[in-house]
Amino acid sequence: MLDLLERLGAFTLSVLARLGLATLFFGTVFARTAQGVKRGALLVREVHFSGVRSLAIILVSGLFVGMVLAVQGYEVLQRFGSADALGSLVALSLVRELGPVVTALLFAGRAGSAVTAEIGLMRATEQLAAMDMMAVDPISRVVVPRFLGALASLPILAVIFSSAGVIGAYLVGVELIGIDAGAFWSQMRASVDFRLDVLNGLFKAVVFGVAVGLISVFEGYHAAPTAEGVSSATTRTVVISSLSVLTLDFILTVLMFRGLN
Amino acid sequence: MNRSKTNVAVGVFVALGIVALVFMALKVGNLVSFDSAEGYRLEARFDNIGGLRVRAPIKSAGVVVGRVEAIHLDGATYEAVAQLRIHPEYRFSTDTIAAIVTSGLLGEQYLSLDAGGDSLYLKDGERIIKTQSAMVLEKLIGQFLYNKAAESSGDKK
Repeated sequence: MLDLLERLGAFTLSVLARLGLATLFFGTVFARTAQGVKRGALLVREVHFSGVRSLAIILVSGLFVGMVLAVQGYEVLQRFGSADALGSLVALSLVRELGPVVTALLFAGRAGSAVTAEIGLMRATEQLAAMDMMAVDPISRVVVPRFLGALASLPILAVIFSSAGVIGAYLVGVELIGIDAGAFWSQMRASVDFRLDVLNGLFKAVVFGVAVGLISVFEGYHAAPTAEGVSSATTRTVVISSLSVLTLDFILTVLMFRGLN
Repeated sequence: MNRSKTNVAVGVFVALGIVALVFMALKVGNLVSFDSAEGYRLEARFDNIGGLRVRAPIKSAGVVVGRVEAIHLDGATYEAVAQLRIHPEYRFSTDTIAAIVTSGLLGEQYLSLDAGGDSLYLKDGERIIKTQSAMVLEKLIGQFLYNKAAESSGDKK
């Protein structure tokens, strides 16, 4: 019994210690963000690494998510004789929810894990320690550009995802199923508000960018300097990022869209 | 060389993002669809507006021609007053009928304008005289029951 309590206590303490470490680390990263912004070339490299390289997966996923939404949405909507509303159904789901959320989940798997592995290996091979020795601050040289790269890339990717989804839905809904193209676009335009839906969706993507970026660099920076440590840090990045994206999404959705109607 | 290639790729990436955002604004969203001060105003009074909401579309022959801008209750007559914003390219005759109808079986309610035959057109700030209120299901059922009851009591006598 005492043994069990002791283990519970040790577990709670370790979780709290980790949370405290993360909070301190986030504070340091935020404090040195300004120094990172000045290093434009590094930032461009990171946007290329996590943003441009994720473009293919985002475009293809967006296209297919839009196509599936069109097929499934049509099945349900035509029962109520309102297949014309397909455009607004697809656009609202993509712009408000699926665009930012699915992009953030894919981004955590595609780019976040890579960032964690990269920084973790730098730690394991003592590159970070070497930088410290040369009086180069590893946080503003390595961590901040990667964090900012994720922060800049995710909103762009989310907008591209939503656009690809709308185009996918158009291909299936209009070209394949045969909904009237005019009804598709006008229903969409009548129900999607730029400020209310598009900009709120974009804001969600920015918040997810901060979350995924911070978690990725934190897990990498504080990974155990072994092969096993890097591997478990990478896994943790994907798991924790995904869970926090979904939790944050719920909170943001309640704040943004409840009490609207 | 390598760096400039990266720069170009990032530039293309950001440009693609901007294009997507513009696509969202113009094609998907309604940023430019006369939601600002464009168009002229009309007023319509209804006994009951049902589920009509602010920003609901105004359609004529099924085409969106404007939006409901504001709804308030006239305290003196207890009528609902709807302020309409109509796209300047469309004009409606003075005997136009404004009706509140529902799109589809369960769809949202919108305002339908049926143009009349008058040669005079409604101008900015004028009122649509002929209106048709929203259908309220409870009232319809109540009326139906009342008629039934009246019928059966008439039979007994």
